[in-house]
Amino acid sequence: MTDATVTTIAPARPAAPVTPAQGYWGGVAKRLRRDPLTLICLGVILAIVLAAVFAPLISPADPYKTSMMARLKPVGTPGHFLGTDELGRDMLARLIYGGRISLFTGVTPVVLATLIGGVLGLAAGFFGGLVNTTIMRTMDVFYAFPSVLLAVAISGALGAGLLNVLIALTVVFIPPICRIAESVTTQARAEDYVEAARATGAATWRIITVHVLPNVMGPVFIYASSLISVSIVIASGLSFLGLGVSPPQADWGLMLNTLRQSIYIAPGQAVIPGIMIFITSMCFNLMSDGLRGAMDVKE
Amino acid sequence: MILYVIRRLLLAIPIAIGVTIVCFSLIHLAPGDPLSTVLPDNATPEVVEEIRAAYGFDKPLPVQYLVWLGNVVSGDFGLSIQSRRPVLGDIVPAVQNTMILAFAAVLIGFPFGTILGAIAGYSQGSLTDKVVTAISITGVSVPHYWLGMVLVVIFAVNMGALPAMGMGPGGQSDFALNWAHLRHLLLPAITLSVIPAGIIARSVRATIADVRKKDFVSTLRAKGLSPAWVFLHVAKNAAPVVLAVCGLQFAQLLGGSILVETVFSWPGTGFLMNSAIFTRDLPVLQGTILVLSLFFVVINLLVDVLQTVFDPRIRRG
Repeated sequence: MTDATVTTIAPARPAAPVTPAQGYWGGVAKRLRRDPLTLICLGVILAIVLAAVFAPLISPADPYKTSMMARLKPVGTPGHFLGTDELGRDMLARLIYGGRISLFTGVTPVVLATLIGGVLGLAAGFFGGLVNTTIMRTMDVFYAFPSVLLAVAISGALGAGLLNVLIALTVVFIPPICRIAESVTTQARAEDYVEAARATGAATWRIITVHVLPNVMGPVFIYASSLISVSIVIASGLSFLGLGVSPPQADWGLMLNTLRQSIYIAPGQAVIPGIMIFITSMCFNLMSDGLRGAMDVKE
Repeated sequence: MILYVIRRLLLAIPIAIGVTIVCFSLIHLAPGDPLSTVLPDNATPEVVEEIRAAYGFDKPLPVQYLVWLGNVVSGDFGLSIQSRRPVLGDIVPAVQNTMILAFAAVLIGFPFGTILGAIAGYSQGSLTDKVVTAISITGVSVPHYWLGMVLVVIFAVNMGALPAMGMGPGGQSDFALNWAHLRHLLLPAITLSVIPAGIIARSVRATIADVRKKDFVSTLRAKGLSPAWVFLHVAKNAAPVVLAVCGLQFAQLLGGSILVETVFSWPGTGFLMNSAIFTRDLPVLQGTILVLSLFFVVINLLVDVLQTVFDPRIRRG
């Protein structure tokens, strides 16, 4: 019984249902365990991430070794499980190595945008007034661009390259995250317990970190997780346009780009890298939906 | 109502100005001298200065911005660095072609997404709902440029039924309403419609499910109204949200078409921007982005105004 009392003292969120003897995260884990689809997606994502991280250990071949004799071999060729690409490089090896850049360029912008957009939104919502106007009206301007267009515009103007893709996508994702953070902060700031904390003389920093931030993190986190899927698709799209890494680097979008030239000769091979983009994006999407359900965050 | 429209118009002006500032900054974001592509390799410093002055690059940035803005407002988007022709002459046909593609995608994707979403929202929890949810999440997640390639493989490479690229027979870039041109339009339009259809289906489903839980729906049912009439009431209440999502998705199509246009060599803005990026033709890139994003601002404005026509509560809120 004492155990139960101790755990309930842990900071519970207002959105969490009243469940004695388990904290908020306990409830989330319990709900996730009952959701096979989300678990499968988590597993697939984990597998893709691990394959990318340990690429040198598990890759069946050198992803850069070309072979003029074995170009565009179909799936199931002996020695090449998924066949070869237009320069005779092993497709499976390139997909495994390609995951490194594709995942990195997909996930990093969302993480960066969550940090930057989250802080900006928190500041705008908490301080209100001129701070709010300055930040939010600037965001409105960036919001006034279709997202793919803005990403292409920035990385196109900056020129091809991995860093420029990261910058472009981060800029694209800051405004939506900032909007969510701002609206949640504005709501949280009006809560009675924030007023009470202020009345007891709590410092601004303490009010933000202890009373406001925990309320903001959930919705922002959930929203950001839904952006990863979009980010992976756009990042690979930029790469597909030739704006990302340059050959012979392996990257799913770039592989699609170069294999496209061979679409009439080896249509089966040309579409393979896209399947990886699709699976990854789909799993992130389903996982985000599952998390939203499990964390019981209302939009 | 009119007051609201005026207020909304006034709010759009600073945004439009902000958009022009961002577009203007694009050229200055670019690494290196924007002149480097036009300058001959052996240009003397005097020649460089002369050309710099001719393009106006020797003035302070705010002055350059105002001069540029003045030109843009009067329809002068500058000269293409590559072709030395006025940029606007390249942008107008490209925008038309993108619009044709976007409208075709709207005609395919919006009814499809709305109907799917409505069916799912009306049968929440059933098998139909699950199937529709699966379809829509697939639509949202699919990399559309890849889907375009898959469609090309199926319908052009394997079946030979539809053309794989271009806008008309013989590489034409004018549109005409005949079968030869529609055949070229079909694959890119379907490709482009998939993401908006998925997003619309998801939001329509959520909205319909939401409205059906409202008290007034139980009341209507309790008083014995036929299901068809109840549906009309639900649809009317869901309409503003659906309209807003559709408007936003149409606007996103204008930007999203860049990848699809590249796959199908469709001579629209995406195609134009793509070639401008790789020839470092920044005035063309800048002009195209400016025109498209101003379209985006106008469409958002129209959606907001239309929404208040359907749902006067928004005006007060």
